[in-house]
Amino acid sequence: MTTNLIDIQNSDVIMATSNMAENHPVGFQWVMKAKERGAKFIHVDPRFTRTSAAADIHVPIRSGTNIAFFGGLINYAIQNNLYFKDYVVHYTNAPYLIDPAFKTATDGNGLFTGFDAAKGTYDRTSWKYQLDGEGNPKRDLTLKDPNSVFQLMRRHYSRYTPQMVERVCGIPQAKFEEVAKLFCSNSGPEKTGTITYALNLTQHTNGVENIRALCMLQLLLGNIGRPGGGVTALRGHANVQGATDLELLYHELPGYMAQPLRDAHPDLTAYLEKETPKGGFWVNKPKFFVSLLKAFYGDAATKDNEFGYQWLPKRASADAYSHQHIFVDMYNGVIKGFLALGQNPAVGGPNAKLARSAMQRLDWLVVKDIFLTETAEVWKAPGTDPKTVKTEVFFMPAAPAAEKDGSLTNTMRLIQWHEKAVNPPGDVTSDAEFVCTLAQRLQKLYAGSKKERDRGFLAASFKYGSNPNEPEMVEVLKEVNGYATEEIVDKDGKPVYKKGQALSSFAHMTDDGKTAGGCWIYTGVTVEDADGKLINKANARKPADEKDYLGHGWGFAWPANRRILYNRAAADLAGKPWSEKKKLIWWDAEAPGNAPDKKGKWVGLDVPDFNPFLAPDAKNGDKPFIMRTDLVGGFFGPLNDGPFPEHYEPIESPVKNLLSKQQNNPVAKIWKVPDQKNELAGVGSTDYPYVITTYRLTEHHLSGVMSRYLPMLAELHYSHFTEISHELAKELGLTNGDMVTVMTPRGKIHVRAMVTNRFKPFIIDGKTVHQIGVPWHWGYNGIEQLPGSKGDITNDLSATVGDPNVYIQETKAFVCNVKKGVV
Amino acid sequence: MSLSRRDFLKFGSATAAGVAVAGEALDLAPVEAAATSLKIKEAKAVRSVCPYCAVGCGQLIYAKDGKIIDIEGDPDTPHTLGRLCPKGAATIQLSNNPLRPTKALYRAPGSDTWEEKPLDWMYDQIARRYYDAREKHFIEKEKNKDGLAVTVNRLDAIASLGSACADNEECYLLSKLNRTFGIVYHEHQARV
Amino acid sequence: MARTLAMFTDTSLCIGCRACQVACKQWNELGLELPEWTGTYQNHTHFTDKTFRLVRFIEEPKPSGDLAWLLMSDVCKHCADAGCLNACPTGAIYRTQFGTVNINQDVCNGCRYCVSACPFGVVSFNENTGTAKKCTFCNDRIHNGLGPACAKACPTESIQFGFRDELVGRAQKRVETLKAMGFKDAQLYGADSSGFLGGLNAFFLLLSKPSTYGLPENPKLPQKNIFVDSLLSIGSALLVGIGALVAFRQRGTGGEA
Repeated sequence: MTTNLIDIQNSDVIMATSNMAENHPVGFQWVMKAKERGAKFIHVDPRFTRTSAAADIHVPIRSGTNIAFFGGLINYAIQNNLYFKDYVVHYTNAPYLIDPAFKTATDGNGLFTGFDAAKGTYDRTSWKYQLDGEGNPKRDLTLKDPNSVFQLMRRHYSRYTPQMVERVCGIPQAKFEEVAKLFCSNSGPEKTGTITYALNLTQHTNGVENIRALCMLQLLLGNIGRPGGGVTALRGHANVQGATDLELLYHELPGYMAQPLRDAHPDLTAYLEKETPKGGFWVNKPKFFVSLLKAFYGDAATKDNEFGYQWLPKRASADAYSHQHIFVDMYNGVIKGFLALGQNPAVGGPNAKLARSAMQRLDWLVVKDIFLTETAEVWKAPGTDPKTVKTEVFFMPAAPAAEKDGSLTNTMRLIQWHEKAVNPPGDVTSDAEFVCTLAQRLQKLYAGSKKERDRGFLAASFKYGSNPNEPEMVEVLKEVNGYATEEIVDKDGKPVYKKGQALSSFAHMTDDGKTAGGCWIYTGVTVEDADGKLINKANARKPADEKDYLGHGWGFAWPANRRILYNRAAADLAGKPWSEKKKLIWWDAEAPGNAPDKKGKWVGLDVPDFNPFLAPDAKNGDKPFIMRTDLVGGFFGPLNDGPFPEHYEPIESPVKNLLSKQQNNPVAKIWKVPDQKNELAGVGSTDYPYVITTYRLTEHHLSGVMSRYLPMLAELHYSHFTEISHELAKELGLTNGDMVTVMTPRGKIHVRAMVTNRFKPFIIDGKTVHQIGVPWHWGYNGIEQLPGSKGDITNDLSATVGDPNVYIQETKAFVCNVKKGVV
Repeated sequence: MSLSRRDFLKFGSATAAGVAVAGEALDLAPVEAAATSLKIKEAKAVRSVCPYCAVGCGQLIYAKDGKIIDIEGDPDTPHTLGRLCPKGAATIQLSNNPLRPTKALYRAPGSDTWEEKPLDWMYDQIARRYYDAREKHFIEKEKNKDGLAVTVNRLDAIASLGSACADNEECYLLSKLNRTFGIVYHEHQARV
Repeated sequence: MARTLAMFTDTSLCIGCRACQVACKQWNELGLELPEWTGTYQNHTHFTDKTFRLVRFIEEPKPSGDLAWLLMSDVCKHCADAGCLNACPTGAIYRTQFGTVNINQDVCNGCRYCVSACPFGVVSFNENTGTAKKCTFCNDRIHNGLGPACAKACPTESIQFGFRDELVGRAQKRVETLKAMGFKDAQLYGADSSGFLGGLNAFFLLLSKPSTYGLPENPKLPQKNIFVDSLLSIGSALLVGIGALVAFRQRGTGGEA
């Protein structure tokens, strides 16, 4: 999330593409506050939800057509001259010239230049800037050059007319134009708008391009980095942001640095050379990476052994090890042992039937959770004879946040500490205690090993504080934050850091082993006062006030406690706020500079996301997007599936793609799984004629582990259900409350039909397309007294297919059939 | 943190009226006296964060005699102002819940029941499984695309999933364990 | 008598999240309520001894063809002229110094006159305690400077808590604002002290006519029937037998000790 929930109140228009009122109700108060201040609220969603109920306009959209919608808005803004020209010309790559060999999907009938049909990938040679004699990208500030990013974008989206949006998305043209006008006209120096998204946009075979399309619209309207603007990414789990930052993800190490690849990164030098860009803030990556190696391997990491680089596992391929790869490879016998810690893939992941079958083939399974999840009891799954499941299962009871110290990072990058209120009961342990105890037992088993491959693991310390069995969480946070591994002195020999002292800024990290730090972006979360006492800023508890509406004294937002990213863009080229109404940070030419004889500093209502002393007229003083190599916002941004988002139909769709000959994302990931475990329906399948989407409810949480076992929550819905329009119910002869069977080529579930006005059929290119919806919180465990707390697993319906960049599944749009009764 | 009257009055600050309510002299009629003792008055209060969605609502947890007796919103929290959703308001039942197992459990191959086991036994067994899998399946070197042997120090036989429910410190520790041990099938909810 | 407290539930701000329903249940330690199929998200269908706050979900197609999903958090109205209080033969139901209506559990004898006397179906009978139950306005909290649990949790300030006179002023302004925005049926329910039941201390802003939400358009106290009802109740109380009387005596003793 580039912005901050509090700041939504400054928006003039808010477009929710997520179901924010239901899934983030407390954050939604800022939308309501904005509304009371006169903002308009638009909800774009296939379903009429509790968010729609609060909206000025609800825009029903067929699931899986978001790029057609955003593309339509981009086209509308360009055609009607509603984009923020000064911002676009100076803060984005719109004026940059692209290699003339590159052609958009408008010219390639749905494909960009370079598609290799045999390999199923793009050759991206032409997807690059034209460079001048000095190696700088060529620009045309008039935006008229046909090879400029702006003109290519215009041409690419010229097909995305309001008529086309109606045909593809099922949004009546008049409604689309009403919304387009409302959203796009709230742009410019005096106005801003924000867009929310969540898994509605990500769970598609073009999930990343969906987000890019949203970001491009926001760049075009000059909304990034400004009050009331930004991208409101609403994450679903208490620490899904933190778990991503600390990288419980196959492809990266903490702090968003690539997990080494066998072929590309044989040694540290090759790694740093390939992974460190030539411009932007990431030029500092070697400092962050070496500090991470020092945090992992301690004193054993030295310059002579590449700081332990070779001890890290290297990936055999970039197309491997993701969530969906895990269950395919587990089914195929590659994976023998599995730890499910606070996650319930028997219910919560795509193609859950495959996941359960795969887990039933394991040698052993360790589950750490608060309740006995379906994953822990996978050997009891309906239709399974426990005798046939040879998997050993170890269940370790887990402690919720109330029973341990620690920090959680929320959706706005805000790290907040929670204190232990009571001890966990019985043999319940925290996850930290489990990991540290297991690690130390393993180190005991490896004690004395002289093998090089074991040295790194033996060097890693899992002792934090005085008691080896009870790690001190604040000590772990300090390692994440970073510290000096030896005394560090400045150029005059004056001590800057004592050995072991917490670093106050990632700017102080070095690539020579003198600093260690587990996640550079978190640096500053723990600092030391003059007496050497550790101050945990995640536990800072100063409420917001009129002088500081963003609440900088509450917790610590990474990076460097800044609350709105790219906020240099809130000021114009000269460093003045675009308008008084939308001021955030600005250049104060009279403020004391970074030396006694210098003046000038960025000041304002937030921590500048910029070199605080770099004047607007200095070199790159007008380029706000400091994390990018070219320092500007990227309309043209090469991903595996193209430099501009292009609409393709979901892998399973009732209709043909109307925008091009290319039906699906040409580089989407489709797994082949043995034993018919991943069958797919063809385009326009008559066996599976309806679109289905899956989602969450306010009263439940994800796979239900934290809600189905809680009577206060489980009693709020009678049972599992599917939402169906009156029109479809009539066709199927259903009345509200009938049991129905929902089926796909992967599986079927039995649920109750909730017939409602909140679902309506779509008219797609003149033809009626029905869509149903099914929440996915239910599984075979729950509360005995509440039979409805148990139910069939919605994810038994979904497929093992994925986005080509990040391999997320397509659970927001696929096809199904519905039959009355239990069949 | 001990519970002070000031903490109570925070709710009132959201609506100006609330402060005044608290300021009113409370002259209780006898019939009301019994009904007006406040269960959280003598409780210990700690600051916490809601464990459900990623809005991260500040919570105050009230505990007495080692048991949680109330969880409600922390009004000081700038981005949530003490509000909670139904899940946040139900947080107490994550702790106080008879369905919650408090013993480590083991299920033998082919068995149809759980057995309670001591923690120490569990740790030893789990560590032994990790060790054996690593010893049997570890890949030290592997040929790259050019056919040259490269050190990869990788373990494909163990996968790790989760968790977005774990604290930052716990996520870091798990990353550290998995990566230093050689595990590459290393994921959590953000992927799905 | 202290200044009258009230809760103002502005349904135009309600997002139907049911935080109020759960926060109420948590604070007041109310037990599990078995849900039933309602055909909508709503559960439960009515107030019981385990459900003091209840969010109603009403789908109402507008004349424009658009859909409105009316969401309303309902609760005991703490009427100025309270049917339950009037009907209570033991004095268990009383008016607090803040104007709210409460049931003294130690005095209630379980006769259930109040149950039938409430025009809103709020008061319920608890089989275990043998007493009548309903929203207490979080009596323990308001006497200690805290607002009711439901109002505190409400994410969107749909439930507002404060002094009645101030809230009524705020509510009246809000109706005007909503009308100007095109919500022509926006109206207050129970805000007027000279209106039905002498005004409600839990009053509402509705976006449609009261009956759409299942509220009586012009609630009246069942004065004429109460005597007959009372006789019936006494009759049934006698039939229930000695157990209840014993329980009452025990409670009575406990209460006075």
